[in-house]
Amino acid sequence: MACSSVVKLNAASSSWTAGQKSVVNQRPGSASRFPARRVSVVRAGSYTDELIKTAKSIASPGRGILAIDESNATCGKRLDSIGLDNTETNRQAYRQLLLTTPGLGEYISGAILFEETLYQSTTDGKKFVDCLSDQNIVPGIKVDKGLVPLPGSNNESWCQGLDGLASRSAEYYKQGARFAKWRTVVSIPCGPSALAVKEAAWGLARYAAISQDNGLVPIVEPEILLDGDHPIERTLEVAERVWSEVFYYLAENNVVFEGILLKPSMVTPGAEHKEKASPDTVANYTLTMLRRRVPPAVPGIMFLSGGQSEAEATLNLNAMNQTPNPWHVSFSYARALQNTVLKTWQGRPENIDAAQQSLLIRAKANSLAQLGKYSAQGESDEAKKGMFVKGYTY
Amino acid sequence: MISSSLHQLSLRLSQKFSLFSPLLSSHQASVTMSCYKGKYADELIANAAYIGTPGKGILAADESTGTIGKRFESINVENVESNRRALRELLFTTPGALQHLSGVILFEETLYQKTAAGKPFVDVMKEGGVLPGIKVDKGTVELAGTNGETTTQGLDGLAQRCQQYYKAGARFAKWRAVLKIGPNEPSQLAINENANGLARYAIICQENGLVPIVEPEILVDGSHDIDRCADVTERVLAACYKALNDHHVLLEGTLLKPNMVTPGSDAKKVAPEVIAEYTVRALQRTMPPAVPAVVFLSGGQSEEEASVNLNAMNKLKAKKPWTLTFSFGRALQQSTLKAWAGKEENVGKAQAAFLTRCKANSEATLGTYKGSSSLSEGASESLHVKDYKY
Repeated sequence: MACSSVVKLNAASSSWTAGQKSVVNQRPGSASRFPARRVSVVRAGSYTDELIKTAKSIASPGRGILAIDESNATCGKRLDSIGLDNTETNRQAYRQLLLTTPGLGEYISGAILFEETLYQSTTDGKKFVDCLSDQNIVPGIKVDKGLVPLPGSNNESWCQGLDGLASRSAEYYKQGARFAKWRTVVSIPCGPSALAVKEAAWGLARYAAISQDNGLVPIVEPEILLDGDHPIERTLEVAERVWSEVFYYLAENNVVFEGILLKPSMVTPGAEHKEKASPDTVANYTLTMLRRRVPPAVPGIMFLSGGQSEAEATLNLNAMNQTPNPWHVSFSYARALQNTVLKTWQGRPENIDAAQQSLLIRAKANSLAQLGKYSAQGESDEAKKGMFVKGYTY
Repeated sequence: MISSSLHQLSLRLSQKFSLFSPLLSSHQASVTMSCYKGKYADELIANAAYIGTPGKGILAADESTGTIGKRFESINVENVESNRRALRELLFTTPGALQHLSGVILFEETLYQKTAAGKPFVDVMKEGGVLPGIKVDKGTVELAGTNGETTTQGLDGLAQRCQQYYKAGARFAKWRAVLKIGPNEPSQLAINENANGLARYAIICQENGLVPIVEPEILVDGSHDIDRCADVTERVLAACYKALNDHHVLLEGTLLKPNMVTPGSDAKKVAPEVIAEYTVRALQRTMPPAVPAVVFLSGGQSEEEASVNLNAMNKLKAKKPWTLTFSFGRALQQSTLKAWAGKEENVGKAQAAFLTRCKANSEATLGTYKGSSSLSEGASESLHVKDYKY
């Protein structure tokens, strides 16, 4: 571990005196880069400056991520819920509705896509990635290959996708993606076992290092599933353990923290616990966890909604932003942004405008929540509907 | 016990500076817990936050008997208890000095000493709003199979000793782990071993009411550049926080005492602004915001250098959700020692020198230090001793 990087540092560095340029740690085959203002010399790769800029752009005040990276199978479930067949045309039509919403870029800084979507265009022939970039929304790409059973564990899963990840990432970068996402899960009812936690953390760290090496900002997502009847204190304990391990392995893999984003679950009681927690309680526990585990170098923390209702997810985020935090605390929501949109659209072209409006309503609500200025008055009943599905497979 | 006004102040400060009060839940005994939640939790958090009060810092006066002997040798003073007591009295009773300090680290002997007039040193401190601290490690020993790397001893009986020290008035502790930079150093063994020792020490302290200062000193010896120091510092701190987390240490009730990130002692010097940038970045990458303050060691820098570097860090515009302050030994006492030279008639002069350094460092924590126009003898003298044994 230390050997090659030590040799490189000693060979490449000249002594730095104020005002002089220093040679950035060079990787073999990478383009030579001499940044005018040295941002990060220690552990810098050829994309480091760009990664830092991208991460900052996604973590901009009042904005968050729209997650629309449902696999074809999962997207099928969404379409099915409004009576539509799971065809490429329907998937394209749905994503087009979302991505061409006028003014979306005011509240959304990034959109996570599934591979199919990254290569799709509107019915007018405009590439989806261009629609996004025009609105200052960074295109992102889901790169993991899903969860499979973890042998030797207590019925737990691990996340696949490292094989060939470097070349896939490079291809995605060419197509216009600038950030990646990898979702692994941890289950509290199953332990979690030390094995499952270690595997989740190590997989994320490897993925993050490979992503950065190929120009993609990695979103680091160890989702601690809502399933279970445990109290919030137990969630805190598990979350602290998981994040401690994640950060340690990220460091061991020489990941540049200024160029990553996190996608944690909020710290809440289990879905089947007898007491629900108020937004203030969720905020209290979640911020405690973040303060104990997340170094300030990380620019943004984009929470997943994980089955909370649209309104809950917004209220909880708002409660977390009542005082300044050392990182941007925001959202990366899928169901919590799309639920009402789907129901409004129903697959009918005449409903597209109304559906887009409802997306803007949710996006704006979460934007206000990011700024700590959200008020729940006037939220629709649909928005308050819980979306927890036991044993949810993505 | 800390006086109630000090307690009030520290609670207010802990609310102000950790914008957010962490949870100390009353949830009934789960077998495992995320971190220490016992009877001292509130006090640990308040005391750690108090030590990080902007404008204040720590005087490290915990030189062992052997080490203070070396200091005395340099000014021709006999290493006897009365002289050791006299020096410490000189420091603690300097008029106006204590207001610039939030803590003083003591050696065991000093914890039980008194002024010439018979007042216990811990009382002098308490009245001055200063928390007494205590060095609890028992020095370093070599790790077999390494190139002279060490681990720190002192865990045996530590709990009992902490209880005694708490009774005697101590409210924080300090344990110094040492690492060095070399072609193959620090080795993973040295990092793991020292991180683990620090974590065990830290949780034992917390269980017994003392805020642990976590000190993983990476020696400045060597010809490496600042990049190398940054890389090693980041690795070491990542390992330390992993170990602290694994051992369930309450981070809000700890302090970190790291080296600043600088070039090696034999390498070309760099500007204070560069040291500031590298040091703050290393902390941004490793230190969770839950830790209220960083109390830097001076590690051989001259008095003036240490103040100027600390000042630069506090002027730097960057994300710094912890206080950056000092825990200086040599860098607070050098000119004082020289001025005193063991003579009663020099006490006034010596105390003036001490007050000057206290003020300078207090300003440095606020980013308002302008540098010394007329440095007293010794202020710009490098205090680096190769392969320094504490």
